[in-house]
Amino acid sequence: MMANVDWGLLGEATIDTLLMSGFSMLFVLLIGLPVGILLFLMSPGQIMEQPLAYRLLSFVVNVMRSVPFLILLIVLIPFSRMIVGTALGVRGAIPPLVASAAPLFARLVEVVLRGLDPGVSEACRAMGASSRQTILWALLPEATTGILGAIVVVSIALVDYSAMSGVIGGGGLGDLAVRFGYQRYQADVMLVTVIILVVIVQVIQVLGDRWVARLSRR
Amino acid sequence: MIHVDRVSKTYVSGGRSIAALRDVTLQIRAGEVFGVIGRSGAGKSTLIRMLNLLERPGQGRVRVDGDDITAFSSSQLREYRRRVGMIFQHFNLLRSRTVMDNVCFPLRLAGMPRAQRRQRAREVLELVELAGYENSYPSQLSGGQQQRVGIARALANRPRLLLCDEATSALDPQTTQSILELLRSINEQLQLTIVLITHGMDVIRALCDRVAVLDAGALVEQGTVVDVFLRPRHAATRALLAESGMSAGNDWEALAADVPGWLVRLSYEGAATTQPMLSRISRELQLDLSILQGSVGTIKNTPYGQMVVAANGRSADLQAMIPALDAAGVHCEVLRG
Repeated sequence: MMANVDWGLLGEATIDTLLMSGFSMLFVLLIGLPVGILLFLMSPGQIMEQPLAYRLLSFVVNVMRSVPFLILLIVLIPFSRMIVGTALGVRGAIPPLVASAAPLFARLVEVVLRGLDPGVSEACRAMGASSRQTILWALLPEATTGILGAIVVVSIALVDYSAMSGVIGGGGLGDLAVRFGYQRYQADVMLVTVIILVVIVQVIQVLGDRWVARLSRR
Repeated sequence: MIHVDRVSKTYVSGGRSIAALRDVTLQIRAGEVFGVIGRSGAGKSTLIRMLNLLERPGQGRVRVDGDDITAFSSSQLREYRRRVGMIFQHFNLLRSRTVMDNVCFPLRLAGMPRAQRRQRAREVLELVELAGYENSYPSQLSGGQQQRVGIARALANRPRLLLCDEATSALDPQTTQSILELLRSINEQLQLTIVLITHGMDVIRALCDRVAVLDAGALVEQGTVVDVFLRPRHAATRALLAESGMSAGNDWEALAADVPGWLVRLSYEGAATTQPMLSRISRELQLDLSILQGSVGTIKNTPYGQMVVAANGRSADLQAMIPALDAAGVHCEVLRG
């Protein structure tokens, strides 16, 4: 039944997938969160209203979200070499993964902040809070559950996208499924990799949901 | 304390400009409860936001204790806002923070050390009768309790002025009464100036010393509550009174058609309310009086009455009725002579 399954290879691939999506998520947070906050603050009617800058940033985010991941993977090869020293393997896959997921995350953060009660901002202003205090002490804490939800969505998207990094020798479970399961007709490998992916996605979702539930029980 | 001086504000929306406030001038005295009443869209929300510059006037000035607050730098303005409390229709609490953290928020903004701000927060929570709820979250509280947290938060930094933006409009009648009661006792205990906006005459009547009526952005009437209530001069004021069930409207007109004689509207306040002036006048002048409409009550500790009366008798006696009522402290308006 599982004749073709190389468990050592599978373990390695699982670790690669987790490394790729984990590190990517870290950078997505570092880049996407400030960009999302900036998008929100500069949008019309907000504390740092900047119509021109908002439209520009919004346009850049949209352009990056429009490029298919597979194309991004290839276009960014020179960039990846510059940043992480290689365009191959787990390391080489991280820049394109971040480039594709950070704009998505930024948009989600913007939407979460926009969904907050505008009264909170107003109350902060009325109490004499500066913009910085309003953001750090009121808006972000209020948006925590929403942002956590966005992290869950984006983490899962990263696990998904990382499967395509096989194109640049990125490794990971998706790559294994394509090379062995699809190209060599090893259905058992395909099945096992997909099961592992399902488990990873489930674990992320369930843990995320529990965290959100714990925070919002208040 | 507050001088709103010829303030106007115009919004441009969709190419059309809408005047939210037109040339509004008013004074608010230290320690009083000042109400602004009007329909939605009359500009009262804009007006109260001029007092802490959440909205800037297009023209005109706002002076508080002699300072022109429209000329403040942004740091002066933040400093000023920290000394002005504000409560809101929908409370605007931080839902992710406990009651304690919400009340501490303005103190944190003021840079007070943690131990001190928790101490002060406990004091104000005590004042609004919410001791013991420090660790609750806003969503675990009723609307009235949430507004009490809002009040505690507004009072934490010992403001000299409290702005109430439709503070009871989202609450049921019973809770509204308890919040109004609380605001009244705060006004008395802390000598705090309160400015409130509302669309309900009952709120004005329960709480305010003086009132201003806004209609389509213009200030159409202002004065003491008893005065405006008993002798409304502007149609908008009369309409607001009638809608709040505070005036019996014009029902008496239908009755009056069947009643002969003079028709007079009497209004009085204070000591006159408890005097037997109608029976005395009836006896002394030998007049027959029938009451066609009337109400007697108190507005913020001032008893008042108003009624429409039909009077029949000899012409000379009817003529003598007006000075006699005047002497008894009753304002008299002849509706039909």
